[in-house]
Amino acid sequence: MMRAPVNRIIPFSNVDGPGNRTSIFFQGCPFNCLFCHNPETIHMCRGCGACVDKCPVKALRMDDGGRVAWDSGLCVGCDTCIHVCPHDASPRVRWMTVEEVMAQVRRAAPYIGGVTTSGGECTQQYDFLIALFREVRSLGKTCLVDSNGSFDFEADPRLLEVCDGVMLDVKAVDRSWSERLIGCDGEIVLRNLDYLLKAGKLQEVRTVIFPDRDADNETTVRYVAGHIGDACDYKIICYRPFGVRERYQKLLGEDTTDSAYAEGYARLARKLGAGRAFVV
Amino acid sequence: MSDALKIIQDPTLTYRQQLVNLARLGESTDDSIRYSDAYYAARKKGALCDLNEGVMPFRPRYICPDYELLFEKGCAFLELEPPKDLLEAVNVLEIFYCHVPSITTYPVYLGDLDKLLEPFVLKEDRAYAKKVLRLFLRNIDRVQTDSFVHADIGPEDTLTGRLLLELTEEMQLAVPNLTLRYDPERTSDEFALACVKCMLRTAKPSFANHRMFVKEWGKRYAIASCYNGLSIGGGGFTLPRLRLYECSLDAKSVEDFLENELPKYIDLQLEYMDKRVKFIVEQSSFFKTNFLVTEGFVRQENFTGMFGVVGLAECCNNLLHIADKKKGFGMNEAATALGIRIMDAIEKRVSEHVAPYCDAYDHRYRLHAQVGIDTDGMDDSPGTRIPIGVEPTMLEQLEVNEKFHPYFPTGTGDIFKFEETYLKTPEAVLPIIKGSLANGLRYFSGYLENNDVVRVTGYLVKKSEIEKLRQKKQSLNQVTLYGMGAQDGGHALDRRIQRHDESAG
Repeated sequence: MMRAPVNRIIPFSNVDGPGNRTSIFFQGCPFNCLFCHNPETIHMCRGCGACVDKCPVKALRMDDGGRVAWDSGLCVGCDTCIHVCPHDASPRVRWMTVEEVMAQVRRAAPYIGGVTTSGGECTQQYDFLIALFREVRSLGKTCLVDSNGSFDFEADPRLLEVCDGVMLDVKAVDRSWSERLIGCDGEIVLRNLDYLLKAGKLQEVRTVIFPDRDADNETTVRYVAGHIGDACDYKIICYRPFGVRERYQKLLGEDTTDSAYAEGYARLARKLGAGRAFVV
Repeated sequence: MSDALKIIQDPTLTYRQQLVNLARLGESTDDSIRYSDAYYAARKKGALCDLNEGVMPFRPRYICPDYELLFEKGCAFLELEPPKDLLEAVNVLEIFYCHVPSITTYPVYLGDLDKLLEPFVLKEDRAYAKKVLRLFLRNIDRVQTDSFVHADIGPEDTLTGRLLLELTEEMQLAVPNLTLRYDPERTSDEFALACVKCMLRTAKPSFANHRMFVKEWGKRYAIASCYNGLSIGGGGFTLPRLRLYECSLDAKSVEDFLENELPKYIDLQLEYMDKRVKFIVEQSSFFKTNFLVTEGFVRQENFTGMFGVVGLAECCNNLLHIADKKKGFGMNEAATALGIRIMDAIEKRVSEHVAPYCDAYDHRYRLHAQVGIDTDGMDDSPGTRIPIGVEPTMLEQLEVNEKFHPYFPTGTGDIFKFEETYLKTPEAVLPIIKGSLANGLRYFSGYLENNDVVRVTGYLVKKSEIEKLRQKKQSLNQVTLYGMGAQDGGHALDRRIQRHDESAG
């Protein structure tokens, strides 16, 4: 039976695509973005057990197979485990079947327009997503993928066939800035931008604006705006240090991006043809 | 100090509030309606409650006049001709409202304002119509100074409906309460979204399940007071309530409760209702001489008695010996299933009782999930609601609500508090409302966490007005006091907030 590592499921979300949607967050991400707000979703648990003794309500224990076992009934969601994890992972991941995820989607179905898969990076579970989306669509609901663009959508088009759109992060365009910010050159992200646009499956593009990084911000915004035009929303997002790992907060600064500063980039994007650019 | 002197010296009461309180005191000096000893004992125990309705009911509790009739033929007693334009229309209404009695002394139903006013609004230019409506709403807020004053709109989109929404947002008033009758085939998404936006900003309108109400009441129903379904041209005689938690305290087991204790209290409440209904119809002058009756704005046969309940959650938890309410009713299938058994039993016994009068309803009373009063504290949650402070996810809360709302034709509802991001995404709220109404929810209310105007249990107050009372100043709205009590005793403003990042449990 196919299973995928699910970090959490939010039955009602108003921030993961249009309308009210059930959001499913998968564990594991190939990027390691400095500004990641959910760093506990990046890696799989290695079973080191560093969190077990720290859990204040004893919801964690080592099982016979040397893995950390999590008791969701005892858990109070204090997040101590993810704060003490030395590997940017979480012990609270459930390996779920499509049917198990669908049981939760079916409950929410009367109240939602569709499902959004996110992460981590959900496209790492693409076989699972394809099977899941077929089920979701049979309920008459839409399926959106929230992606960092690391998956080559063109090389394996099966996922796009069953998904209604992709919400793509374009975090950096300049190669060296990309290597610093997300840990790779980002070339695949830009190829996906073009391909998704051509395929008519680009739901929205998002770029985070950093304080005092005029050149890098501008390069990214110019590139995206010049490519997408009016095809989809372009969400300009302010960098916020809250939730960012401390060691990277030092690199990126401890200030939140000023919204007026971000607004300047939204205006620039609109001037360059991205009529649906706005600050969120 | 005498009770009268206390009222007279209370610095926080306006003149009108003193008058109302002194009238209540006067009413309480007569005890010609006598009940059985068992009734008085049950009331003393707190198992039955009369909602301070007064010992000598001199009018029905809720009155829903037929305002269409008023516009059609005018009113002889008040010397009002049928209105010919918008200004005359609002003037006729403003005058008429001052003569509609109720338990609060203020009119609890102002009419289907969009339908009533639309023909007049369409004859004026938009800006003028809006100005007239603005003054109309201001008049209501300053003259009918009570949050149980309630107006209805919908299901169709109208210019008047739109203007009322715009003004409601701009004016940020607690009065009147407002309901959209929502019908998925007749209410456009566009109009419903305008209502959602207004609701987030001002805690109104609420959404009523139009199809459900029409099925029970016919097309001519009103939503009055908090969320009460009643007939237009009729109303509610009386509304006492079973306090189910207290009703359960002497039960030796679930079966003992269902077989002995519960039927005993139901019958005592029915005895109380029968006597009051007979008194209102047979003894008081209202149905004999009041112009509302003699001119046909209400008909006695269109009134019914409202059989209220509160505290189902605490009752179920007590009977199942659940001490931690986080694991009780609403979060616990056995407790919720027991709730359904209890409601089935109440519904059955009340429907078997032949009530005096109530001709339009086959001589039957109708159930009501009462929203609680300020003195309930944390012992009895409103109606069948999940207790404040332990609400599960919104999805689970809706699922539980959907099971219980169909029991209550004379009203029930739940309230959802949203975080600020929902202001930018009203299109994320509408599918929740539509889905829940389609699944059997009767009445949906919502507001944003940081609003000044908030919905307490069923009625609206301004948080800033509560602050006035705390500083021993007067609040024009006589309901502000209840809001303060419910905030202090029932933590009614601390309900769970719907945030976008809450996981399934």
